[in-house]
Amino acid sequence: MATTHSATYNDTVVRQFAIAAVIWGVVGMAAGVLIASQLAWPELNFGIPWLTYGRLRPLHTNAVIFAFGGCALFATSYHVVQRTCQTRLFAGPLASFTFWGWQLVILAAAISLPMGYTSGKEYAELEWPIDILIAVVWVSYAIVFFGTIGTRKIRHIYVANWFYGAFIIAVALLHIVNSAAVPVGLTKSYSVYAGVQDAMVQWWYGHNAVGFFLTAGFLGMMYYYIPKQAGMPVYSYRLSIVHFWALIFTYMWAGPHHLHYTALPDWTQSVGMVFSLILLAPSWGGMINGIMTLSGAWYKLRDDAILKFLIVALSFYGMSTFEGPMMSIKTVNSLSHYTDWTVGHVHSGALGWVGLISMGSLYYLIPRMFGRTTMYSVQAISVHFWAATIGIVLYIAAMWIAGVMQGLMWRAVNPDGTLVYSFVESVKATYPFYVIRVAGGLLYLGGMILMLWNTVMTVMAGRAVNAPIPQGHAQPAHA
Amino acid sequence: MEILFVLIPVSVLLVLAILAILGWAVNSGQFEDIDAEGHRILQAGDANEQDNVERHQK
Repeated sequence: MATTHSATYNDTVVRQFAIAAVIWGVVGMAAGVLIASQLAWPELNFGIPWLTYGRLRPLHTNAVIFAFGGCALFATSYHVVQRTCQTRLFAGPLASFTFWGWQLVILAAAISLPMGYTSGKEYAELEWPIDILIAVVWVSYAIVFFGTIGTRKIRHIYVANWFYGAFIIAVALLHIVNSAAVPVGLTKSYSVYAGVQDAMVQWWYGHNAVGFFLTAGFLGMMYYYIPKQAGMPVYSYRLSIVHFWALIFTYMWAGPHHLHYTALPDWTQSVGMVFSLILLAPSWGGMINGIMTLSGAWYKLRDDAILKFLIVALSFYGMSTFEGPMMSIKTVNSLSHYTDWTVGHVHSGALGWVGLISMGSLYYLIPRMFGRTTMYSVQAISVHFWAATIGIVLYIAAMWIAGVMQGLMWRAVNPDGTLVYSFVESVKATYPFYVIRVAGGLLYLGGMILMLWNTVMTVMAGRAVNAPIPQGHAQPAHA
Repeated sequence: MEILFVLIPVSVLLVLAILAILGWAVNSGQFEDIDAEGHRILQAGDANEQDNVERHQK
């Protein structure tokens, strides 16, 4: 029938975000390697203010979380919601606006952060005019996403969409509450909260950003791209639904574990610790569900590099969601807090979980957006996988050792009550581990550059075609 | 810690909203016959996306 192929999906915006994710990945990770090198060799600050560690560190975190991770989330959520609802994206021009608006936010961050404009809130450093732009883009994103859900042709809302939906709503709420500020000029503002109140709001935001931006959104990817790449349905669809509701009901109060042994009331710290421990259950339920999707088909892992990316990502998810609750226990935290162990923990989640699941999903997505079934070079995907995995292991092992060592050195006291080590002695002892971290980061960055090359070659060898919406399987949304 | 007078009610309201959405999902039949839903995403797709299912299921 001629009419069957008349309607197509809006894949243009998916392509734009997918390619932007790869480019920003290279940029953000390169910034990471530079600042890791600065910690080992401070001469690399070059005495130039905008290249100093203090200004580039927020640039690195913003670039990898919001530019690389954000673009990957936009691309995959727009792809998944259209395919699982079998309908074209709602409000096409608005979807296009989210792309250009988000790129403008990234550009504004890339200029303002090195210039030293910052609100001083970790992972929310951007000044108020950019915050307003983020809010506008985010509300548009919500309209496009939920509008598409509302006009779906499939009655059931696939589980990945629940995760993406929760991510979009939670990030809107977190951003608006935490970024509330009083402007005193175009480039300077003060938080409406003060002192320990501000710290509480900041980490309520900060940890939920981890929970909803860096976890729920990427779990949406996991629940779509692992079954698709494996050619198998998710291990237990029932468990995936339990996973979703358990996670969002319990996530909101883990934040205080960032403020152990501070001016925050003791009971609030304990509440944060208890909720953090509870989170282990839904996290591991989801991880097991994802990995067991390969149950009975483990042989596919042997020669499918994309599946390796996706399954190893889940292993790192399981590892960091075990490590996190352990570190939130106050006695453990008294050793780990303020050390490089925290940095290692964050990167096992960021490089291992968020990075690998995004790369695997993009390797599935990009060729299909350009009329192909595979990337230009399948071999290069495999090389990327091993470079990234070895890089992560070097990075986190170095930071574990460095962190525990720092914690032990800082707390060591002589019989007369004086400190055994001065602070600078612990810095000196950390030097070799900083160098190992640079090596791990270089490997991870090298893999990402290979991905950029592979993407460019795939795009040049392919053809951008919007896929037709299948009409046969359609069923009314409200039966 | 006056901020808790804001954050705790916000969290309670959020949990109530999540409960309402869960109630809607259960009552509107979102979770009926869910075993079939896992398979659906593998069947419905354009030619390129179909490739993996055919390759793996022989």
